Formats: sequence, structure tokens, C-alpha cells
Amino acid sequence: MPAHETLGEMLAARGISRRAFLKYTSWLATLMALPPGMAPAMAEELAKAKRQSVIWLSFQECTGCTESITRSFSPTLEDLIFNFISLDYHHTLQAASGEAAEHAREAAMAENKGKYVVVVDGSVPVKDGGIYSTIAGISNLQMLEETVADSLAVIAVGTCAAYGGIPHANPNPTGAVAISELVKGKPVINIPGCPPIPEAMTGTIAYLLSFGKLPDLDTLGRPLAFFGESIHDRCYRRPFYERGLFAKDFDDEGARSGWCLFEVGCKGPITYNACATLKWNGGVSFPIQSGHGCLGCSEPDFWDKGGFYRPLSTPLRDITPTAAVAAGIGAAAGLAAGALHRAIKKDAAKNHHTVTVDNLEKSS
Amino acid sequence: MTTVAFLDFVRGPLFQIAVAIFFAGLFIRFVEILVLGRKTDFSEPRQSGTGAGFKTVFSRSVPEAGTFKRSAFTIIAGYVFHIGLFVALVFLAPHIALVRDTTGLSWPNLPTPVVDFATVAAIGALVAILVNRMRDKVLRFLTGFEDYVAWTATFLPLLTGYMAFHHLLLRYELMLALHILSVELLLVVFPFTKLMHTFTLFLSRWYTGSAFGRKGVQS
Repeated sequence: MPAHETLGEMLAARGISRRAFLKYTSWLATLMALPPGMAPAMAEELAKAKRQSVIWLSFQECTGCTESITRSFSPTLEDLIFNFISLDYHHTLQAASGEAAEHAREAAMAENKGKYVVVVDGSVPVKDGGIYSTIAGISNLQMLEETVADSLAVIAVGTCAAYGGIPHANPNPTGAVAISELVKGKPVINIPGCPPIPEAMTGTIAYLLSFGKLPDLDTLGRPLAFFGESIHDRCYRRPFYERGLFAKDFDDEGARSGWCLFEVGCKGPITYNACATLKWNGGVSFPIQSGHGCLGCSEPDFWDKGGFYRPLSTPLRDITPTAAVAAGIGAAAGLAAGALHRAIKKDAAKNHHTVTVDNLEKSS
Repeated sequence: MTTVAFLDFVRGPLFQIAVAIFFAGLFIRFVEILVLGRKTDFSEPRQSGTGAGFKTVFSRSVPEAGTFKRSAFTIIAGYVFHIGLFVALVFLAPHIALVRDTTGLSWPNLPTPVVDFATVAAIGALVAILVNRMRDKVLRFLTGFEDYVAWTATFLPLLTGYMAFHHLLLRYELMLALHILSVELLLVVFPFTKLMHTFTLFLSRWYTGSAFGRKGVQS
């Protein structure tokens, strides 16, 4: 594919009609809660968009994010747009390896200075000088700093990149941190999830290409279009929550009747993501629909919330040992205080002198 | 600190601290009361006081006709509040989930509309009681700082709990965190204020009843 080709030309070459493309941008505009009038403008801009150079850095990660994105229900327009991106460096997807791969990254950085987008999946270990994860002898920390320096924007894909994720989980042996903690002076978009929803990824890239600016983000740097509402807000099981009908177990009558999973640990009420609306595998299902509570994977520290199967209304750690020790100390203190006050009372009774009228007259 | 981190903090270390203070305080007060005891009654009992003691624990929950006439408002509002609080505390599904998680005990929850009704009634009764207290000169004079602390510590969990469950005003995670925080405040002040009557009431009623019983008089 020649580098000067626009997205419109590429889609035409692949037999995608303008009508189909407009339908896609309408869907995308609706998805991102943009005004309906934006769809043709988006189509216009997207069609004119030049190939965007993207450098994809994979650090402490499991490749699940790449799996998710490359396996969006193909063949779709998102796939084509994803293909349209000039993915100049990506460990899993690139053919080159070793020094040739590193050269590809350096070449892309030099050619598109100030214009390329850096996508990062995985967290960066910073403990002991960042030695716990290296690529071609370069530490992740160093590679991130080098690559981001001349970039246009950074997209942190997946919970590890967005918040540190699993490597960051207690006790965090490698000192893993989120990308946003290391990148200063460049815009960072977080698209968390374990893995993130493919449409959230492609939608955000399409927005960047169409409007040349970042979408609206929430306080955690996530595009509001996909992370503006909680799973619970859009959950089809919400009416059961409202009525107080809860499954107590994964195999009880409530679970079989499709009742709310709050009591078996669903984190939907505190998790912001689009799973309940966009769903997975081309809109087939999402975890709650298949009978399992939400794990809260698009939220910071979702691994350290006291267990996936413990309800939100419970304390993070068992309180019974604390209560027992406190009760013991309290009982001992109560005994001591009681004994002390008894002694004072006894003492007072012993030292009690009867006051007579004569005494009073003497003193006055 | 993000909202979620705040929620983790109140569900984690802060809850442990509150529970520790609550239980330590509860046992200090209880054990001290029991150790101090009462003066031995040397008079010959007309009958055993035990039965009368237990009877009084329950019988004193029913107001006497004369008392009811004089302060019907206080009694009705008091009942509405106490029953409402009990229903919200004991029969809301997330609360039962907490008990089950901690102790393994569980019981069926009431439908949400029933718990809602009880909660709103309890909130309404608390507000009415406070307004009545502010308007009545004598009551206002008798009300001290501790009473306002006790009222606030009881009111906040009810209000924030209702708003959290129904996703009102703030995002759920923040409102839930505020609800748990208000409960922690309640746990901390509970043993050291009049709120302790939740437990000591049984002790004092039994004592009064048994003392009266020994004398063979009606309690």
C-alpha cells in the first residue's frame, strides 16, 4: 500500500461503497455520542485521512490486548481502518525481528517526527533501574522515553498500560507503573480493560484521525464516549437490583433466573466501560450476560479489591481477627477500669469521716 | 486520590480501625458496668426477680396509656425511626451479604421497595424528631452537644445509604465510599455516646425489672 494513499481510496479499492462507509461513521458517531450531523463530516475527514504512523510498544503485558483488537469480528470496517494504520512497529504483528525490528521503529520515528502516535500495552517496571523487562537490550523505561519524545500523542491500551494492571498488583515486585505516570508533556489517552473492547480502541483512533484532536476524557484519562457510564447503569439485569432480587450463588435459583449478581461479587456498579452496551464478539454477549459478575477490569487496582467473588458491600479484608483482638483488649481494659473504680470506691468508703455540725462550725 | 482508591481506603484500613474502636469500646463499657456491679440487696426477696427482669425487657417497649397521651409524637416518631432503621440495617441485601461474608450467617432479604419505604420513613422520623427538639424550648435546653453528635452519626448512614443504593447525586463509588465512611463514624462514636443504649437498654431494663420483682411490685 503506497504511503500517500488516503483511507477513502483504500476503502474504494477494497469495494466499500460510500453508503456503507457513511453507515459506519453514523454508527461510530452514535457510539461516541456525537451529534448526528457529525457523521458525514466524520466520513469526509476520515476518507481524506492519510495513513497514520503508529508505533506499538509492548511492555509487561500478556498480548491479550493485541488479541482482542486483531480479533474484532472480522471483516469489519474497524478492521480495515486498523489495517489502514501504518503500524510501523509491533512485536507480535511485525514480520521483522531483532535489529531489523528496532531499525523499523527508529526509521518510523525519524520519518514521522512529531506526527506518529505511540500505542503502549503493558506496564513499565521502574524498580532497580527498570532491568526487569528489556527489548533488544533496551529497558522498557528507556524505550518509552525515547519513543514518546517526538510523538503526537500516546494511547495506553489495556489496564496494565493505563493503571499498571496485573504487574502493578500487590506486592508489585518489579515496581510496575502506568504509562501516564512516566509520560509528561504529551497527551495520554487511557483505554483500559483486560482486554479493552476493540471498538473503544478503533473508535478512539477514528476520532483522532477525523478531528485531529483528543476525544473528551474523564478524570482517569478515558474517552467518555466509551467509559462515561458504569456497567451497572446499562446492565440488562439492573431491574433485578432495583427489586432486590439477587443470586446468592452461581448455582441457585436466582442465578438460573438471571437475577442481579451483586452478592456474588459483581463490580459493575463501580466499573466504567461499554461492555453492557457494545458487548463482545460482535455484540454476542458480555460477562454478566454469560452469568459471571463484572471483575471491574477497566478500573485501577482491580486485582487488589479483596477478591472477585466478594460483594462490594463487604470490607476488603476479613474483620473478624481485628474484632476479636479489639474485643479482648476492650474486655481487659474494662476489667482494669472496673477494678480501679472499685478500689477507689472502697478507698473512699474507708477514708470517709463523718462530718458533724461541730466540724462545720469550726471551719467557718 | 481517585474515587476508587478512596473507596478501597474506606473498605480497607479505615474499616479495620473503626471495627477495632467499636469492639474495644463496646467491651470496655460492658465489662466495666458488670465489674462495678450494684450494691448487694440484703432484704429478703418476696420472689425471684429473674422472671420479672426478663418480662420488663419486653414490657417497657410498650408505652403506658398516660405516657402515650402526653407525648404521642415522640413515641410514634421514635417507633417509626427505630423500626425503619432496623429494617434497613437488617433486611437490605447488601447488608446481609456483609454479615454472610463475615460470619457465614444469612437470612432472606426484603424486596427493595419495602426497605426503601422503611429507610425513607426512618429519615423522615429523624428529621421530625430534630425539628420538634429545636422548636420545643425545654427539649432544646436539655439537648447537649453529644445528642447532636448521636443524631448526625445515625442520620448520615441512612441518607448516604439510600442515595448510594439508588445512585442519586454522586457517582455510585463515591456515594458508597461516603456511606461506608459515615458508618465508620457511627461505629467510632457508638460506644462512647448515648447510642450505646442499643445494648445497655437490655441490661438496665432487666436490672430494674428484677429489682422490682424482688420487692413484689409491678415494674
